[in-house]
Amino acid sequence: MRVNEILAGVMLVSLILYSLLGGADYGAGFWDLLCSGPRRQQQRHLIEEAIEPVWETNHVWLILVVVLMFSGFPEAFATICTALAVPLLLILLGVVLRGSSFVFRAYFTGSVRTQLYWGKVFSISSSLTPLFLGIVIGGISGDSVLVRDGISQTGYLRPWLQPFPLAVGILSLSLFAYLAASYLTNETNDRQLQEDFRMRALASGLVSLLAAFATYVIAGNSAREIRDGLSASPAVWSIEAFAAMAALIAFHGLWSRHFMRAKVASAIQVGLIILGWGVAQYPFMVRPSLTIDLTAAPANVVLDLIIAVGVGAAVLIPSIVLLLAIFKSNQDPDARSSN
Amino acid sequence: MDNLFAARSQMGISLAFHIIFAVIGVSLPLMMTIAEWKWRRSGDETYLLLAKRWAKGTTILFAVGSISGTVLSFELGLLWPRFMQFAGAAIGMPFSLEGFAFFIEAIFLGIYLYGWKRIPPWLHLLSGLIVALSGLLSATFVTLVNGWMNTPTGFETLNGKIIAVHPLAAMLNPAGLPEAAHMVLAAYTAGGFAAAGIHSWLLLRRGRNRLDEAGIAIALTVGGCAVLLQGVSGDALARMVAKTQPMKLASLEGQFATEAGAPLRIGGIPFPDEKETKYAINIPHGLSLLAFHQPDAVIKGLDEEPPRDWPDVRAVHLSFQAMVGCGVLLSLVTLTAAWLSWRHGPLGGQRRLLKVLVLAGPLGFVALEAGWMVTELGRQPWVIYHLMRTSEAVTSFPNVGAVLWAMTALYLVLAVIVAWLLGKHVFSSPDIRNTSAAEAYR
Repeated sequence: MRVNEILAGVMLVSLILYSLLGGADYGAGFWDLLCSGPRRQQQRHLIEEAIEPVWETNHVWLILVVVLMFSGFPEAFATICTALAVPLLLILLGVVLRGSSFVFRAYFTGSVRTQLYWGKVFSISSSLTPLFLGIVIGGISGDSVLVRDGISQTGYLRPWLQPFPLAVGILSLSLFAYLAASYLTNETNDRQLQEDFRMRALASGLVSLLAAFATYVIAGNSAREIRDGLSASPAVWSIEAFAAMAALIAFHGLWSRHFMRAKVASAIQVGLIILGWGVAQYPFMVRPSLTIDLTAAPANVVLDLIIAVGVGAAVLIPSIVLLLAIFKSNQDPDARSSN
Repeated sequence: MDNLFAARSQMGISLAFHIIFAVIGVSLPLMMTIAEWKWRRSGDETYLLLAKRWAKGTTILFAVGSISGTVLSFELGLLWPRFMQFAGAAIGMPFSLEGFAFFIEAIFLGIYLYGWKRIPPWLHLLSGLIVALSGLLSATFVTLVNGWMNTPTGFETLNGKIIAVHPLAAMLNPAGLPEAAHMVLAAYTAGGFAAAGIHSWLLLRRGRNRLDEAGIAIALTVGGCAVLLQGVSGDALARMVAKTQPMKLASLEGQFATEAGAPLRIGGIPFPDEKETKYAINIPHGLSLLAFHQPDAVIKGLDEEPPRDWPDVRAVHLSFQAMVGCGVLLSLVTLTAAWLSWRHGPLGGQRRLLKVLVLAGPLGFVALEAGWMVTELGRQPWVIYHLMRTSEAVTSFPNVGAVLWAMTALYLVLAVIVAWLLGKHVFSSPDIRNTSAAEAYR
């Protein structure tokens, strides 16, 4: 049924946007954990300024994915929530701690020690959340999420506590960190700060390449089907080829200090990687047994949801463009901190 | 602790926590925008100061609300996977629309909070208005879902599975819109009276100043108008419940036996074992009049259904009494304040009224929580009224109890920190009387 695939496509696009926008905010939190050297305070300050006006908006992409999933593919949602309850709860813990500690840090203006403490909570939870997000993605791509009559057939640990989902988790974290560092080089005019994040972008970019390779190898054991999907289909191959090209452009941009180019290319690279995963996952919503059509709501409901998404997007997209135009159009960075 | 009890407790705590922040996300942006509008129109800096104060409060509270809302969207699946599997298609439309409304709210709140110096005045004011409107819309959409759980419509079932859904009919279920109107008004009531109470308390503590007086004026206007309209909305809702969920009405009112010309019970404690509500003040024919606008209308009693299908009648009745009681008190406070300000001028000089406002401050939230208990507990033992029992919806995940304890502890810590932060940033301000705007008033 065509409509089901359109809605699944919308969810995939939301997931990609969440990774490119919200994922980068998590990545920035990860770098907050690793702030070091003489410019430690400036690095923290840059991270805070970059995510402050946008993180709540970026976070809503995740809510959109969740809502569209339970509306359009209720059985898939119920299955994921049952078998992968543990990593989902850990994501929730991360979401709660990340958001609240970020606000708390900004408002505990009195004591530096308290701010440092909240900063730790913020950066640790920012680092753990993408890990578990990746683990959930890995879980639904593997072969262990099986729920019958509301009971997980493989328990509550086995669906995710395995090499393959864990590798996808590490891959997600490294990609988000890479994105964040490459974005952050564009958020400042300070040469030294740009250098700090340039080095971080290059390092995390390399780690993400290694993680991607490792994930592919590990998939041979417990996620053979998605590995076959990744290597068999010509569509996936061409997406992977474009992702590799984008990666080269991004690396070259970072190396030669063309930061704007690196930012755009790294975003395209990560977007294509997730797109490639989505195409390889097709026609499954949750591997190994739930396909898109099998879990979809009645066709008229899916169609109505698509219409609602269209109407929503007509309002949403201009609003987001406005938000980004106001806060991310590199004009006078001093005006940003005042409110 | 069995899974059902743990899951219900966790959902209850999550909702009770979230509703406070969600409601502030609906009401505070409206008040903050009104304050900014008054500043733009009059040039009076007091209103600017007030708008910025309230905006700061909105930042902290909205962040917590968006986090606790995310938790809830996941908990629907984590705690009630069978409910979501069964009902996801039917309730997806309002949830999706709510997602977009929330999106718009977050975007324009970001623009409002961090854009004071970056965008033209009209756009800034418009952003505030959009935040207020999209907050109102999100609250409406979410409540439509709750309406569907009470009066499920717009679908056909076959062998316990929904086969055909009409999303619009499901969204516009009979309980939905009356409930949504009641919820939105409750949000303005709770937010308005809480803000008025806080500013009254500050005014009593730090002496007369323009900031607190302006705050009281705006907040009390919003809260007072809402609570007076709430009477009309409550009546509409009660008549809808009488028609579509007679058992729920019976437990609200502690009505055990079917009766023509049933009395309205004020107060009283239901004793389900003895099938009687004792110690109440009875107003003859009152309930029949209120529910059907006829003095001798027949009110169905709980007796029409087996006791195993009754909700916890005592908790529902007492919550209902608490909600109505708070609403009546707040209406009286509103009318008194309106009369006093008409007769004696600005409220800032009337210390006795200010003390009353301080005491009335929390009542909007008490009514809100009590009202939410009424609708949720009153629907039990059903998660979808007469269609799916709550016990059939719960997850098989074995450790819900442990998760419950962890989450409760986390929320408690958050609540304490948020309260402390608000105290520090929004309420306290030793230099307030020295601002030029405050001086101008004297």
